[in-house]
Amino acid sequence: MKKILDTGNAACALAVKAARVDFVAAYPITPQTSVVEKLAGYIAEGKMNAKYLPVESEHSAMSAVAAAAAAGARVFTATSSQGLLYMHEILHYAAGGRLSLVMANVNRAVCAPWCLYVDHQDAVSQRDTGWIQLFAASTQEIYDSIILAYKVTEKIHIPVIVNYDGFLLSHSMMPFETVDQDIIDEFLPPFEPAWRLHPQWGGTFGNVTPAENYAPFRHSLAADIRKAGEVIEKIAREFEKLTGHWHGGLFDAYRTEDAEFFLLSMGSMASEMELAVDILRDKGIPAASIRLRVFRPFPAEELSRLLPDGARLLVFDRNYAFGTEGGVLLAESKAALFNRKDDIKVVGRAVGLGGEDLPADFLAEKAREMMEVLK
Amino acid sequence: MSISIKDLPDFEYVLPGSAACAGCPSAIALRMVGKALGENAIMLMTPSCAVASIGPLPKSCYSIPVLNVCFASAGASAAGLAMALDALYEKGRLTGEKPTIFNWAGDGGTYDIGFQGISAAAERNDDFIHFCYNNEAYSNTGMQRSGATPIYAATTTTPLGKEVHRKNLPLLMLEHRVPYVATASLAYPTDLIRKVKKAKDIRGFKYIEIHAPCYTGWKFPSSDTVKMSRLAVQTGSWLLWEAEFGKVVLNSPTSLLAAEKIKPAPLEEYIGKQGRYAHLADSPQKEEILAAMEKEIRRELKFMAARAEL
Ligand SMILES: Cc1ncc(C[n+]2csc(CCOP(=O)(O)OP(=O)(O)O)c2C)c(N)n1
Ligand code: SF4
Ligand SMILES: [Mg+2]
Repeated sequence: MKKILDTGNAACALAVKAARVDFVAAYPITPQTSVVEKLAGYIAEGKMNAKYLPVESEHSAMSAVAAAAAAGARVFTATSSQGLLYMHEILHYAAGGRLSLVMANVNRAVCAPWCLYVDHQDAVSQRDTGWIQLFAASTQEIYDSIILAYKVTEKIHIPVIVNYDGFLLSHSMMPFETVDQDIIDEFLPPFEPAWRLHPQWGGTFGNVTPAENYAPFRHSLAADIRKAGEVIEKIAREFEKLTGHWHGGLFDAYRTEDAEFFLLSMGSMASEMELAVDILRDKGIPAASIRLRVFRPFPAEELSRLLPDGARLLVFDRNYAFGTEGGVLLAESKAALFNRKDDIKVVGRAVGLGGEDLPADFLAEKAREMMEVLK
Repeated sequence: MSISIKDLPDFEYVLPGSAACAGCPSAIALRMVGKALGENAIMLMTPSCAVASIGPLPKSCYSIPVLNVCFASAGASAAGLAMALDALYEKGRLTGEKPTIFNWAGDGGTYDIGFQGISAAAERNDDFIHFCYNNEAYSNTGMQRSGATPIYAATTTTPLGKEVHRKNLPLLMLEHRVPYVATASLAYPTDLIRKVKKAKDIRGFKYIEIHAPCYTGWKFPSSDTVKMSRLAVQTGSWLLWEAEFGKVVLNSPTSLLAAEKIKPAPLEEYIGKQGRYAHLADSPQKEEILAAMEKEIRRELKFMAARAEL
């Protein structure tokens, strides 16, 4: 184990290298760029035994890693914003095909108008593609999540996106601890899939399929992704045992003891949210922060379990679910708590769009506004 | 390399039960390609007639592993697969001979929606063969125009006949300076098989375009697929040539046409048999249009002959 000071993108690239990825295909976009530049560098310098395909678009990046994954290679790509949107067709393809893939998405607002800074519109727009989506909130969590994601995807054959906030995490330096290669190798042995796209295995992939076979594929993907939360938590515990690194299960909770107001968020916003909770607590308001780490599958039962009778859930969305009253987390949370019999209440705001600064006092103020609404 | 039909292996890529139309040029071409490439191969397919005719899962009319990819994905998916296999073989996780990887795509998947990815793979010199079976339209979706539809041909989206020329995609691929580019025809099977065998033994990007007259869309009798293929070449409407590392050689009979050692077959024999040109028959401009088409054929022949001099 070695403690280093570097950016989120550097942590991501180091984790991909440590995971002994076989194949990388990627297309540059701010703020993801330095991840793939670093990987191209490692490969060129012989520090990483992998192939790098410099594709001409993100649609091609995802098409390339999907085909490589079908052959049973351990693959990686990374993108942001427009790039993720451009991949959309192949995201469905990869999940439907039950391919084992890991992608980093460095969250950034979407066009129009152009904006380089963070929000989560890119990721939430891919909500229903069948991918698992993790959200990291520190360089350490980026590093650990990438390694964990490989273990998850190779176990349950559902692709995984590791999301982290553009610039705030991708470009700021934070100390983090790398894990020794022998520990990673023990945690993540070489990928040996049950089937490979290869004449030795035979078989046809993605054939035209009548409903009687198509529907069961979709139902099993839906069922398996719902069960993925449990798998992720178990694998995170396994990783903790080997490394001591722990970032919370499906949620990372702060000051939940005796709390009445729960401030829900995703990504780096949560660290300011914890400070906002301190501000509120200092004023005698029983607030807590809960940070969602696993956006897909949405941990509905765990959310409900976290919230005591009569709790007030204040949702901070860094995105919009256009045509609804707010963001995606608000709608998801309401759906998750719909069957509660107590007088639990949920309210939400879309904040931090396009990189809007979210200092603790601003978040505390927003929380108080929402509390007013709930009165 | 001399090829004799009777020495070809019995091995078949296309098994009985294919849902393609009788006389489908894609099925005929793929059978020949199979004889040249053999069993150790992986085929990637973009949405097309060749995919629609696989037969519903869990069955397949193709005897080798197939990866069905999305419409614009052929270039990148084949490149990714080829490179990933290189990595797995180098790391010793796969052993034996690396399979031949090839795309089987229509003109839609090649000229239009897939062109960006294919062009990029060619520029990177990725190690696979891209086959385009060119039936000069989107047959699978019911015969809409493509970038390969020739001028004047009627399709469901050019009901009065196409107003603009097709692209010259083989030429565009040639100027990507890739190791191998060839055009081929169903009516010249030994030439086709020789080209495929040659491509198989070259590392890097190979492009082979096979002219594929589709009776359903072009509207001619289903028994005439090969006859129509031959007329296309004999009239000079489809040119046979190949190029290794940019050095172009015209193949017979195109070379003989270019050298004016033989005369082109009358164009009317070719287009007059196709319902997609029926509107020309009673057009007052028929003579003018035919003359323009013949002029264009002469121009392309001259152009390729000169390109072969480089
Ligand atoms: C992204 C996307 N757009 C449209 C389609 C619908 N589509 C399927 S096959 C096809 C035409 C295929 O044409 P071509 O590649 O020439 O093959 P052919 O059908 O002629 O054999 C189209 C438009 C699709 N599958 N995917
Ligand atoms: S429409 Fe044409 S290309 Fe399609 S299956 Fe029929 S003959 Fe073949
Ligand atoms: Mg076509």
